[in-house]
Amino acid sequence: MNTILKTEKLRVEFKTRQLGKATTKVALNGLDLAVQAGEVFGFLGPNGAGKTTTMNVLLGFIQPTGGAAYLFGIDVRQPIARQRIGYLPELTYYYKFLNAEEILRFYAKIFKIPNAEAEKRIDFVLKLVELQHARKRLIKTYSKGMQQRVGLAQALINNPDLLILDEPTSGLDPVGRMKVRSIIQRLKNEGRTVFFSSHEMGEVETICDRIAIINNGELKAVGSVSEISSQHGANLEKAFLDIIGFQPEAVA
Amino acid sequence: MKIICAVAGVAVKELYRRKDFYVLLIVTILICLVMGSVNVFNDDKVIRYLKELALLLIWISTLIIAITTTARQIPAEKEQRTLLPLLAKPLSRNQLIVGKFLGCWVACGLALICFYIFFGALAASREHAWPLLNYFQAALLHWFALGVVVALALFGSLVFAAPSSNSTICFVIVATILCLGRYLDAVALAQSEPIRSIFYAIYFAIPHLEIPFGMRNLIVHNWPLVEWKFIALDAIYLLAYIALFLAAACLVFRRKPVN
Repeated sequence: MNTILKTEKLRVEFKTRQLGKATTKVALNGLDLAVQAGEVFGFLGPNGAGKTTTMNVLLGFIQPTGGAAYLFGIDVRQPIARQRIGYLPELTYYYKFLNAEEILRFYAKIFKIPNAEAEKRIDFVLKLVELQHARKRLIKTYSKGMQQRVGLAQALINNPDLLILDEPTSGLDPVGRMKVRSIIQRLKNEGRTVFFSSHEMGEVETICDRIAIINNGELKAVGSVSEISSQHGANLEKAFLDIIGFQPEAVA
Repeated sequence: MKIICAVAGVAVKELYRRKDFYVLLIVTILICLVMGSVNVFNDDKVIRYLKELALLLIWISTLIIAITTTARQIPAEKEQRTLLPLLAKPLSRNQLIVGKFLGCWVACGLALICFYIFFGALAASREHAWPLLNYFQAALLHWFALGVVVALALFGSLVFAAPSSNSTICFVIVATILCLGRYLDAVALAQSEPIRSIFYAIYFAIPHLEIPFGMRNLIVHNWPLVEWKFIALDAIYLLAYIALFLAAACLVFRRKPVN
């Protein structure tokens, strides 16, 4: 199979200074991941496990301390590696002084999409995220759910082969969550590769072909939902808690 | 180039959809109109003072626009997290810096045109003359000087976290250069070593924005045109500083974490 996203012994350290004392926090420790073309890959882990850090490395926002990461076989440090991807950050805010159409046109220009084609793509993605009626309204007048859908629209403007979504449904109401999920489902049906992080186990069970679970910057498990659940003789949520070493009695 | 122009286009749109520019233009117009409507001391040549005042206000207003617009570009992108989806596109950080610079510089240029059109109308209403080439020379060097200020503020926005501290520092630097820049060599002469060398080093290191600032006199006193080769040389001199500050900004931003 064709590997679209790959990390090799990825390591990220953050150096901080507390009370004058230099400390090093290891955010990722030798992470090896491989996502194949056409699969929906869920990236799970508790808060602070290293999910967003992994995405930040993949998108070139931070430099790894060690190891390497590749998108479509190209080192992520090269901007061209991001030509065929779409990215939706966890908290989406867009230029408040622009409307949805202008934002999408701006991003289309960055992808060097010809004007006529860009207009068609803008129509298509706005229809997909059900924002056609509000295309001329300034973003600052949008609700949170609408802003998240603009985020999804901008992630799809270049018709990407790989979508990287960082907790795409967090903070949305049930209707908003359902709409975002149905869009991901549609992309899956179209054969696109989706790499996304989530805390919603039900969502992961429904959509994902394979999942990876990380904790404290280390990969703990990789496989299909059924494989991981059956290995731990429980449903995904219990398997997840088991893998990250959560002990309910400690809370009680 | 298409990517850089796209980034620049957003910066230009931002300026013209905010109120800063309109407020400054209206304030400048109002002050000049009020000053122009009274003839202080019954001086026949009061227009000279009016022109001086109007040009000073235009310089102050455009410096405010240049610094405040540029200083918030990257910090606002970070704070509102618009930087993340932007850098997740096939856009290099250098392209982002150059695009932001170009956008702010062009926006300042457009603001400058509005200010000079008003100034031209004001002066012509009293003097019944349009020395267009003089205006062009003064405005051109004014624009290049704003380019240096924009590049400096962009560099500052990557070094200082808060736009307010960056804006204040940029204002202090620019005001110091405009007021004291031309005297530094004279001050250096009066000092003993090693202070003399330090003053000389500062004198030769700083961008001498007082040269384009002094071009106001061309319009205020109706002086003859400056030879074009000197205008070109000064433009090249200012362009060198723009390139220097942009290179420094690219260097600082190159490996800076943006999450």
